[in-house]
Amino acid sequence: MSTIASFGFWSFVGIVAGIYTLFALGVQVQFGFAGLLNFGHVAFMGIGAYTMAILVVKEDMNMWAAAGCGVLLAMLGGVLLGLPTLRLRADYFAITTIAFSEILRYVATNEDRLTGGSQGTINLAGIGKTAQYDDQWRSFLGSVERDLHVGGDVAMLIVVWTVALLAVVAVWLMMKTPWGRVLKSIREDEDAAASLGKNVFAYKLQALVVGAALGAIAGLFYAWQFSFFSPDDFAPLLTFFAWMIVILGGLGKAWTVPVGAIVFGVIFAGTRFFDFPPFSLLDSTERAYLRLIVIGLVIIGLMLFRPQGIFGSRREMVLE
Amino acid sequence: MFMQLLANGLVTGSVIALAAAGISIVYGILRLVNFAYGDYMTFGAFAGILFNVKLGLPIVLAAVLAMAATALLSVALELVLWRRLRAKSAGFMSLFLVSVGLALVLRHVIYLVAGPQPRTYAVDPYKVYVIGSARLSGAQGIAIVVSAVGIVLIGLLIAGTGVGRMMRALADDLPLAAVAGVRTGRVIVAAWIVSGLLAGLAGVLAGLVQTSFDPQLGFTLLLPIFAAVVLGGIGNVYGALAGGLALGLAMELSTWTELAGGVNPTYKPVVAFGALVLVLLLRPQGLFGRARVV
Repeated sequence: MSTIASFGFWSFVGIVAGIYTLFALGVQVQFGFAGLLNFGHVAFMGIGAYTMAILVVKEDMNMWAAAGCGVLLAMLGGVLLGLPTLRLRADYFAITTIAFSEILRYVATNEDRLTGGSQGTINLAGIGKTAQYDDQWRSFLGSVERDLHVGGDVAMLIVVWTVALLAVVAVWLMMKTPWGRVLKSIREDEDAAASLGKNVFAYKLQALVVGAALGAIAGLFYAWQFSFFSPDDFAPLLTFFAWMIVILGGLGKAWTVPVGAIVFGVIFAGTRFFDFPPFSLLDSTERAYLRLIVIGLVIIGLMLFRPQGIFGSRREMVLE
Repeated sequence: MFMQLLANGLVTGSVIALAAAGISIVYGILRLVNFAYGDYMTFGAFAGILFNVKLGLPIVLAAVLAMAATALLSVALELVLWRRLRAKSAGFMSLFLVSVGLALVLRHVIYLVAGPQPRTYAVDPYKVYVIGSARLSGAQGIAIVVSAVGIVLIGLLIAGTGVGRMMRALADDLPLAAVAGVRTGRVIVAAWIVSGLLAGLAGVLAGLVQTSFDPQLGFTLLLPIFAAVVLGGIGNVYGALAGGLALGLAMELSTWTELAGGVNPTYKPVVAFGALVLVLLLRPQGLFGRARVV
């Protein structure tokens, strides 16, 4: 059976799309609702994944408790990032957030004793010992498989998408509360919101922290899905994928995020099937380059021809 | 040791300064944070490989041709891409994201065409200049001299020529400049040419200094360059030049062992970002920016 018809391959694409949904939902909260140009979102993913893995391997902590710590630490990271930077102008804020994520990536690469360094989590327990942080996750997934009588991929698919869709609904509900409406009013006109007595800074900080939690949860699933990760998995490119997903689906709505993530997943995976001439002349690395060229062209094309995204409405929000 | 780090810092700093000036010129006029600029530099560096290694031209001539090629790329992208986006009145966010997409396209086209293997310019690797207690390789020597000339020329261009005056007018108030009869389209193209020339030059110099490089060259330098741009106050060309030199020196001197043991050299980029964050906290308009623009 060719890959294009293989169930295993497409369930993998589905799992990754679910993880990206969680990840990009954070950007939607921060930018789509609060108007914050966070280009360092991948940092929260890294904090979540690394905190969980380090606590499990080095401190023998229960994995679920460690996962909770990962999310909390990412939220704390959001506060620490936001306190000095949220008062900055948008372009300065954007550049500072990229710098934030890159500083963390450099630290993770160089502090071998804490993170395993550039070799990644395999090196967490020191040289010669293989470190595993996901035993508890494997047994949890095994019990899901037995209870639902499904295979491993399907169990993961179900778990990821259950969490992702719950998060989408949660964000949707949050945006219907007065809190969500204030957030949107800040996005539209900060000064007007401030003149009505709203603490603009606090609302922005809260949006940043909610987004950070979503990013960290995505990081946990990323860690569990791949059983191994290294600092290079959290390069700025991933942040831009999340931005592309949010803009593909449409800005300012929660339910457009999973749609964007699925479309993105198909574009990303679809370039694997360019096995007809002239593309069959390329080897697999060269096709990986081609995939990123396609992604780049899609971003440019979207901005040129449909800046509100597939399902975004021009009246709700257009990129400025 | 200190003199050596000072010399290294000048080399790193002047490459960053040239690139930061190139970003700032365009930002000042178009409010475009060009995330693809690092890949313009990579394009320049690989054009340099084509002329210097494949065609066997001397490095200085190859660098000039590479600068011209990068300027050509820069103008072509203005004509087919940026101008069209401005006609649709795309804002800061759209422009930034397009530049992110463009960065991906450029970098991976270079990967496809040139391949991932490391490249080296054909310069004498054994040539060493000794100045006082500092030793500079031939490549570093070329880099310091050429970028010093480049920095002076760019300063003169902005301050003393008609084009420079028009660029400053556009940066200050584009509609007003247009009403006053400045041909804005031409000045914008001129700004892209200067920006492209600087990208090509910075790319070749970065390639020379690093001795061997791959298509990630420009992108890995991009964040320190942005830090320099912000340090100087976004859109301020002199500020960017000064910010670049300051950052280069800070990055190299931070490893000085006399200075409380010095920083581990792998943390040099972190020093750049740290300086950036510090400056933003204390002076959000940048070291040389004006307060009202924040």
